[in-house]
Amino acid sequence: MRTGLFVTCLVDLMRPAIGFAALKLLEQAGCEVAVPATQTCCGQPGYNAGDNAAARELAIKLALEFADCDYVVVPSGSCAGMIRVHYPRLFPDDSEPARRVRALAARTYELTDFLVNIAKIQTLPGYYRGRLSYHDSCSGLRELGVKQQPRALLARLPDVELKEMEQCETCCGFGGTFAVKFGAVSTQMADNKCRRIHASGANAVVAGDLGCLLNIEGRLRRIGDAATRVLHIAEVLAGEQGKVPCE
Amino acid sequence: MRVAALNFKRKAQQSLRNARLQSALGKIQVRFVQARAEAIAGLDDFAAVKRRATEIRENVLANLDAWLERFEQEATRRGAVVHWAETAADANRIVIEIARAAHVKKVVKSKSMVSEECALNDALEAAGVQVVETDLGEYILQLAHEAPSHIVAPVLHKTKDEVSDLFAQKHALPRKTGIAELCREARDILRPHFVSADMGISGGNFLIAETGSVLLVTNEGNGRMATTLPRVHVAITGIEKVVPTLEDATTLVRILPRSATGQDITNYVSVLTGVKNSDESDGPEQFHIILLDNGRSALLGTPLQSMLRCIRCGACMNHCPVYQNVGGHAYGWVYPGPMGSVLTPLFAGLADTLPLPNASTLCGACAEVCPVSIPLPDLLRELRHRQSEQDLRPRLERLSLRLWVWLALRPRWYARATSLASRVLHGLGGAKRRLRWLPGAGGWTDGRDFPAPAGSTFRALYRARKIP
Repeated sequence: MRTGLFVTCLVDLMRPAIGFAALKLLEQAGCEVAVPATQTCCGQPGYNAGDNAAARELAIKLALEFADCDYVVVPSGSCAGMIRVHYPRLFPDDSEPARRVRALAARTYELTDFLVNIAKIQTLPGYYRGRLSYHDSCSGLRELGVKQQPRALLARLPDVELKEMEQCETCCGFGGTFAVKFGAVSTQMADNKCRRIHASGANAVVAGDLGCLLNIEGRLRRIGDAATRVLHIAEVLAGEQGKVPCE
Repeated sequence: MRVAALNFKRKAQQSLRNARLQSALGKIQVRFVQARAEAIAGLDDFAAVKRRATEIRENVLANLDAWLERFEQEATRRGAVVHWAETAADANRIVIEIARAAHVKKVVKSKSMVSEECALNDALEAAGVQVVETDLGEYILQLAHEAPSHIVAPVLHKTKDEVSDLFAQKHALPRKTGIAELCREARDILRPHFVSADMGISGGNFLIAETGSVLLVTNEGNGRMATTLPRVHVAITGIEKVVPTLEDATTLVRILPRSATGQDITNYVSVLTGVKNSDESDGPEQFHIILLDNGRSALLGTPLQSMLRCIRCGACMNHCPVYQNVGGHAYGWVYPGPMGSVLTPLFAGLADTLPLPNASTLCGACAEVCPVSIPLPDLLRELRHRQSEQDLRPRLERLSLRLWVWLALRPRWYARATSLASRVLHGLGGAKRRLRWLPGAGGWTDGRDFPAPAGSTFRALYRARKIP
């Protein structure tokens, strides 16, 4: 089963460890993993800014890069949602590129969804001991139905205690460029999220999207919380106490 | 009401700093979000009702002209007069003409968002007609000279203490603090108006084509009095509110109060049909129904048509994390929250409402709770697309986006640029691995640190690993 890993532009730039964690999980699940070297961005920033033409160009590029993969796996609900749900809307016609893009969409999965429902991973390579709270990132949750998958995987780590926060499905305020354009509103939304994380009694917050994690971590640190760890689900599942070697 | 959506950002920031408003907004979670969740859970098969409700609305829109003609025929047959208003100004003119012809001096109003859309009160007052709002929330706002901040709970932004102060001042009566006392005081003042008014104005939640009836859902009973006591009743609503049958209307009524306030049904559901017969003692002598277009029909057959399904329940704003934090006034017009961010640009033009479609994280909570399945995030994105097509986005934003796309399409340049960015930002992040300030990203760093990148990109590390 040839599986392409689309690491996403944010992971590539900001936190490569998440990419290596995803890689490790896919290999553990028995996948032959391909990581096309020319991959960049899925086009979501353009699409959400109304630049559909830019998104289309990047969609065609991505479809070519992953053409020989049986599956494409993405450690991000919003990028996976972009490809799976929104690409087909950008290519409704019957042209050759459109068919290719729609075929890509149909075989693209969010990481935890793929591990649970397609690869049916047996053993997890990671170890984690501690109290975690899981934040449901919006696109993964509402566009792809990612809800039970990460929790099912976390439940397999014997020393993880899941402490659900109130309103775990409420947006953290990231929203891509929204976080900068409407900084004050976004900050208050992040602040609400931080309060709920603190109230949960967890000492680490976990999510499936790096955008949310950067936003939550940024606010936690700004309000003086240097202790609460902010981890991607892949880092917890593949790492040693959340740490994944990058080399 | 004038559209003041361009300063959304400034007004939102003011809202965030307004402690009273924040405490008032805190009520949304219990009063609306939890209440709705419980009401939905109490329905046998919410998903099926929602599907049916969506079908009813979509089927009507597919033949809107035919259903409206049928409604007009049936309403006319029962003694009502149907008026067609293309614009808000037309609607106001029609109401004033009716008022003049019937020698109306005083109007009592039941809550109507379409009348807010038309700024009808101002028009009537300019024409010398006294207007008294009788919905408690609207009455409070009329006393305070404020605009509604929510389409169902117009006075959501006010606390009880503020209402106590307002009543004491405006009614010149001893200050009351209990909700029941405050309500009684308002009722005592409003009752004589119902009896002395010449005209009652209401909205219309649904127009029922098969009987020519106007259906109203209300909780306070004022709607029933305003529509039956005065000798003239004017119902004003949007052309999209028509449904084929009474049965369709009841399906929608199953879902409207549950989505709006978490009630299984509102205290009053009135089906108003025709005028008072000669052998009847109650009801208006004249029943005018004003059907407002104001840009609605232009949405038919476009990617935004589904917005016309809206039944004005307010669930989208109740569940919108942006609305929950900034309240309705920041949106600058009658309709706030996600539905408002779609409607306001359609009514007022894209250029005068630039922030609205962007003032959303596209989290999808609105679409999830919408009882008629309106894909609000997609509609917001469609409006962003139109802004982009019409070159209405700020220059800097367009340039940065262009640069990003240019790079993303050229992997070699992209690799160099991201490597450099990762190294530089990593260096700036220092030992704490975070930046307290980032040029050009003050929106982020004013309230949050920016976590620093690792110093090398994934692609560089992966390549190094593959080539030992």
